[in-house]
Amino acid sequence: MLLTGRDLHKSFGSAYALRGAGVTLTKGEVVAVMGPSGSGKSTLLHCLAGILRPDSGEVWFADRRIDDLPDRDRAQLRRTAFGFVFQFGQLVPELPAVENVALPLLLAGRRRRDALAAGREWLRRLGLDGLDGRMPGELSGGESQRVALARALVAAPAVVFADEPTGALDSVAADQVMELLVDAAHAQGTSVLLVTHEPRVAAFADRTVLVRDGRDTAPVGAG
Amino acid sequence: MTVSYALLGLLERSARHGYDLKQSYDRRFGGVKPVRFGQVYRALAQLTRDGLIEVVGVEAGAGPDRKRYAITDEGVTDLGAWLGEPEEPQPLLQPVLFTKVVLAVLSGRPADRFLDAQRAAHLAAMARLTKARRAAASTQDAILADYQLFHIEADLRWIDHTAARLGTLADEVRDAADRS
Repeated sequence: MLLTGRDLHKSFGSAYALRGAGVTLTKGEVVAVMGPSGSGKSTLLHCLAGILRPDSGEVWFADRRIDDLPDRDRAQLRRTAFGFVFQFGQLVPELPAVENVALPLLLAGRRRRDALAAGREWLRRLGLDGLDGRMPGELSGGESQRVALARALVAAPAVVFADEPTGALDSVAADQVMELLVDAAHAQGTSVLLVTHEPRVAAFADRTVLVRDGRDTAPVGAG
Repeated sequence: MTVSYALLGLLERSARHGYDLKQSYDRRFGGVKPVRFGQVYRALAQLTRDGLIEVVGVEAGAGPDRKRYAITDEGVTDLGAWLGEPEEPQPLLQPVLFTKVVLAVLSGRPADRFLDAQRAAHLAAMARLTKARRAAASTQDAILADYQLFHIEADLRWIDHTAARLGTLADEVRDAADRS
C-alpha cells in the first residue's frame, strides 16, 4: 500500500470533521473520495497529504508514518513526493505559464534551464503548446487548470491530491482535464486521490470511496 | 415515430433499398437499439402511404423484388418540420426507485440502505460508461454515452437529495398513515 489513512479523527473547535475515516491508495491507482458538502472529504485529503495533522489515527506513506512528523518534514514531503491541484488553479499571477509549471522543480533546486525545459514539455503534453509565455490572467479556466495539472505532475510525484479540480469548469473542459489527469497519472505511475462531489468526475477513478459524517462508507468498484 | 424520421433522414441523403436502410440505421443509431427488418418495412410502407417517400425502382433478384425508395418534396418538408419542433420534456422516470423509497419508509424498513445500494449501482454504471466513452471510436458514440451518463447523474442527484430528506419523509408518511 502506498498511502494509508486509518481511523482518522479531526475536529475544529467543537465541530467534528472526521470521525474515524480511512482510505488506502496503491501505486498508480486513481481513487475518488465523494460525499456531500461538510462530509469531511476535503479534511480527509488535507490529513492524508500532511497539510493538517489529525487529532488521532494514523497516516502512512511508503511504509513510513507521516502524521506525527514535525511540520518541516511534512512540508518537505509535500514538496518532493506529492503534487496538488485545487478547484481554482492557484497559479502565481506574476509568473508566466511555463514558470508556474516549473516552480516545483525550481524550489527543489533544479537548474533553471532544465526546469523550464521540463515545464515546456509538460505544457506540450497537456495540449498547451505555444502558451508558455502567457500570464495566468490571460488563460481560460480550462487552460489554467491544465497548467495547474502540469505543475502538479512535473516533478513526477508519487501522489497527486486533487481537490474539486473541475469544480469551476464546464462539463467539456472538465472531461478534458480529467482525461489528461488520469492518462498522465497512469502513464507515469502516479497515484491520484481525487476529492469531488460530482459523480461524473468520480467516474474517471478506478475506485470510489464515499464519506459521510466524517466516516468512510462501503467502497464502490469501477465495475 | 423516431425510426420513421430516421429512415426519412437517411433517404434524404440518397435513394436506397430497405436492406441498405436497415444497415445504415444500425450503423448510425443502433447504439440506442438496433431496428428489426420488419419494423423498417412497416415504416417504409407507412411513409409511402403518407406520400413522404416513393418507390423509384424495383430490381428483380433471386429473392423478393428489391424496391428502391426516395424521399419526396413533402417528405423533405415534413422532416424539416420534425427536426425544428422541440420535444415535450419527459422525465425518464424510474418509478420503481420512488416506489421503493416510499414503501420502505411506510413499512419501517431502512430506506437509507436501499438508497446507498442504489447509489453504488449508479456510480458503478457511470464508471463503466465513462470507460466506454473514453474508448469510443467516434464523437457520435461518445455523445450517446454522455447522454446516458447525464441521465444517470440526474438520478444520483435525486438519490442524494432524497437521502438527505428521509427524516422529514418518514414523519410525513407516518402522520398520513396514522390518519388513514
